[in-house]
Amino acid sequence: MSKTDQLVQKLVRKHGKTRNSLMAVLQGVVQEERYLSEDAMIAVARELDLSAADVYGTASFYTFLDTIPRGKNIIRICKTITCHMKGKDEVLLALENMLKIKAGETTHDKMFTLLTVNCLGWCHKGPVMLVNDEVYTELTPQKAIEVIEEYSRK
Amino acid sequence: MDKQIKKVDIIFQMDEDCNLLDILDKALAQPADDIILDLIDSGLKGRGGAGFLTGLKWKFTKNEDSDVKYVICNADEGEPGTFKDREILDKVPEKVFIGMAICGYVVGAKEGYIYIRGEYNFLVKGLQKKLDNFNKHLKDRNLDFQIAIRSGSGAYVCGEESALFESMEGYRGEPRNKPPYPTVAGYNKKPTVINNVETLVYVTMISRLGVQKFKELGTKDSRGSKVFSVSGDTPIPGIYELELGMPLNQFVDEFADGDAKAVQVGGASGHCVPRKKFNDTIIGFEGIPTGGSMMIFNSTRSMYNVLHDYLEFFTEESCGQCTPCRVGCQQLLKGIEAVKRGEKPPSYLDDLKKLTTTMRIAAKCGLGQSVGNPFNSIVDNFREEIIY
Repeated sequence: MSKTDQLVQKLVRKHGKTRNSLMAVLQGVVQEERYLSEDAMIAVARELDLSAADVYGTASFYTFLDTIPRGKNIIRICKTITCHMKGKDEVLLALENMLKIKAGETTHDKMFTLLTVNCLGWCHKGPVMLVNDEVYTELTPQKAIEVIEEYSRK
Repeated sequence: MDKQIKKVDIIFQMDEDCNLLDILDKALAQPADDIILDLIDSGLKGRGGAGFLTGLKWKFTKNEDSDVKYVICNADEGEPGTFKDREILDKVPEKVFIGMAICGYVVGAKEGYIYIRGEYNFLVKGLQKKLDNFNKHLKDRNLDFQIAIRSGSGAYVCGEESALFESMEGYRGEPRNKPPYPTVAGYNKKPTVINNVETLVYVTMISRLGVQKFKELGTKDSRGSKVFSVSGDTPIPGIYELELGMPLNQFVDEFADGDAKAVQVGGASGHCVPRKKFNDTIIGFEGIPTGGSMMIFNSTRSMYNVLHDYLEFFTEESCGQCTPCRVGCQQLLKGIEAVKRGEKPPSYLDDLKKLTTTMRIAAKCGLGQSVGNPFNSIVDNFREEIIY
């Protein structure tokens, strides 16, 4: 049995074998594997007795349930109005230059994926970004680079 | 008239002399109907933005004949410019739990859920710990009610109550047709009370302080106070609890940098108020209602960029199931870009305004229905900035 199958079974045992558990199971897979592979979605469908298309249908609706491979660390920069006003363009550019990728792409070594997302709920402390689940506020280009350097050392 | 804005300290107030659980015990000792009457009398309206009377919502749910009912705390705070619910859940989560437990007792629900947006995942671990502790207190009191946390995964539209239920049930977060309303058929198609985080805290604090104290604040149509999220061009961005019913000019005097040309009241889906209307705009249900978002723009900002940002946001966050919203958002965005480039005449803006009227009538949920708010208020008041 593959690692993904085991993970899915464990999550289904924890959350229960019902449709209502689908979000929690998918979130659990993303937490571990950073995205939902075809194999993962088929495994979830099998365990919850749904069609794989149904699982993909739910997954593809949600920004945080990625269905394409992502890096070990996912950087999400808020692009909504106040963060925009406070300089998210400069922060994004600095990280693009640092990681040598554009927004939406993943580095060759699969360490980082750089994304822009809608409002993260820190409009009073913009610009802001999430790295995985951690939040970093009141960014400057320099501060953002330092945060990401910290992650590349981990 | 009092020229000072009245700052209030109810939501985040920590009483040294009051054990929060005493508030719960006091409520549990009252008949459920009395609590509903108190809430209706207090005039408390939902603090998420739509502003339905909380007491009535509870009453409708209580009156439904069903063995299974639910209480849901809507913490899917996604409106641009709003960040108060995160602060409340971080600082005073027990007050939210107590509001939910009182609701469970009143309407006869056994399960409560906090649906928190995926962007706030970092809060969940700490929240779960406090919740486990609180659930034990409920068991100790023999109250048949337990609360659990459910997470979102990055979808603005899931803040719409019926989309939130769909998401909790494992489906795409697509809003349902209404009626039936949640009080009749909500989560799992069972009667459900769904309240905003802040609303539940006011329930707790009305129980603690009494109806009278709450009614002394605000105006006839907008009772009480409200937590505001202040951002944009202000030297003091942050979270403030203020009395409802204040004129916008007082707000601007207090918070703006002296150069405010517009305030977006109620987030991206709210209304843009230009400087010339600051004096006669009231912040409250009788004027412009708000979920608490106040974004200030000074004269260095291009209102075209502001509107463009909002429309991009709605285009991406529209769930796509109904055509007026899916296509409407795209066309509004393309439309202002075409006018800006000179490919369409300025009069095209009036055609786009007609489109927002169609969206208001025909879109299935509040998202598509309210895109006209920012669009019309910005186009009407800053037309030259959109064209040139």
